[in-house]
Amino acid sequence: MMVAPPADSFIAVQGLYKSFLGQPLYEDFNLSLPTNQLISIFGPNGCGKSTLINMISGLLPYDQGQITIHGKPIRQARIGYVFQNYRDALFPWLTAYDNIAYPLRVRGVSAAECHHRIRTLVETFNIRLDLERYPYSFSGGQQQLVSILRALVGDPEVLFLDEPFSALDFETTLFVRDKLQEIFITTGIPMLMVVHNLEEAVYLADQVLLLSKRPTRLVERVPFDLPRPRTPDTLSSPEFIQVSHHCLEIFRQEMGK
Amino acid sequence: MTTTPRLAIRRSRSRSGAATGDRWLPLIGLLVLFGLWWLIAISGWVNPVLLPTPLTTLGALVKGILSGTMVTDFGTTVLRTFAAFALAALVGVPLGVALGSSEKLYRSVEFLIDFFRSTPASALIPMFVLFFGVNNLSKVVIAAFSALLLIVFNSAYGVIHAKQSRILAAQAMGANRWQIFKDVLLFESLPQTFIGLRSGISIALVIVIVAEMFIGTEQGLGKRIIDAQQILNVQDMYASILLTGLLGYSLNMLFLTVEKRLIHWSGK
Ligand SMILES: Nc1ncnc2c1ncn2[C@@H]1O[C@H](COP(=O)(O)OP(=O)(O)O)[C@@H](O)[C@H]1O
Ligand SMILES: [Mg+2]
Repeated sequence: MMVAPPADSFIAVQGLYKSFLGQPLYEDFNLSLPTNQLISIFGPNGCGKSTLINMISGLLPYDQGQITIHGKPIRQARIGYVFQNYRDALFPWLTAYDNIAYPLRVRGVSAAECHHRIRTLVETFNIRLDLERYPYSFSGGQQQLVSILRALVGDPEVLFLDEPFSALDFETTLFVRDKLQEIFITTGIPMLMVVHNLEEAVYLADQVLLLSKRPTRLVERVPFDLPRPRTPDTLSSPEFIQVSHHCLEIFRQEMGK
Repeated sequence: MTTTPRLAIRRSRSRSGAATGDRWLPLIGLLVLFGLWWLIAISGWVNPVLLPTPLTTLGALVKGILSGTMVTDFGTTVLRTFAAFALAALVGVPLGVALGSSEKLYRSVEFLIDFFRSTPASALIPMFVLFFGVNNLSKVVIAAFSALLLIVFNSAYGVIHAKQSRILAAQAMGANRWQIFKDVLLFESLPQTFIGLRSGISIALVIVIVAEMFIGTEQGLGKRIIDAQQILNVQDMYASILLTGLLGYSLNMLFLTVEKRLIHWSGK
């Protein structure tokens, strides 16, 4: 594993230790991620995927080690975070508009500037939602879309997503996934995304990080560099099939250990 | 909170069209009660002096209201109840929210709150009379005290059980501790706080009525009920009881309505 992060590294995790109730989860974990990429994290249930992105995004303290983004502590970075359970992450007492504006208001951005930024966002991504409604009046996919807009509005240096599709039905997943791809192509904001479904993990990613069972290691980084936009045809391309196959093979081997 | 399913059922029924008469279902219980009451009253099983018919009682209610003294008693009781409630809410909500925000603080007073919450407030009346005398103030203070415990407990509980994920979300968006408190914790606790306020005003009314009965006073529905009983003016006693029930029911309805308007996201 790497000792010093390479120069173009953007998120660097060095010598990370984390345990729960005396049980080690991460022991001397190292990771260095290149910028401008969409990176998927895949691994068995309970291996610590959420814990990892929560530590990287600064939401969860760790026992030992160092995590930096562009060489500075993550606390000083602007981040966006999209949670798995949109229902429990949006604020139901605020309208969709006020939810999206919240990260700006927290920073003291003026109402006019908020309005301008949200308008730009909505127009850029062609969002057709009545933002004066409350989140609970929207469908699941629309709520997750509001969560994504809320995470984007503050112009984040990196976007974290923890299983953003797992609470959505199949049809909605396709819709939100395509919007996410559109957002990535347009903004180029680097994304670190935990995905619970291997095909989803490969489909959008520049590389897939495969994690082992506890104590968690990085088993392999699998690149997937088919050009974007990726479409339903991607799913039947030889490259996609080959990479998915390879990931599945490694996953099987790991589970068999 | 508890009414949401019932309202949902009612709505879906009235939409079905075939059962528009279902709206009147709640009246059936009432009619049955009045029917039974009437039967028992005229059957001769019970001394008519002890149980007038429903019509006589309603007549006494109307007469009492028209003559004015019942209105004065009603107004006094309402005033005391609201005064006690306001006192309890003004102190209780901020106190509860503050206690709930610090787990250590809450743990250290949890036993006290639970203990006094489990002590019937009526048992404390003599003690309060010792400290505050038999004036108007003591009745309000006792009622406020019992309401206060319920309000503090519920507000604290609401904050303690705030959704962790929303706190994390606010944190990820860069909110500081104070912003998390006022933008998230406070709102997260509101549905539970309202349960506390609603139970608080109910208990305040109960205690005001009891206090009016047992602590000397000139006016109030509790005083009126006990006086009517003493001189065997049973018609007026039943009429006053009915009025007290109506008051309690209306207070509950008022709070439910405000709650539904204000906490529009509750149960969603
Ligand atoms: N707060 C906690 N206390 C104790 N154990 C925890 C806590 N959070 C997570 N864990 C444990 O750490 C492991 C990794 O959890 P998590 O990161 O949520 O897994 P994943 O997201 O990969 O499914 C699990 O075994 C889980 O039980
Ligand atoms: Mg997880």
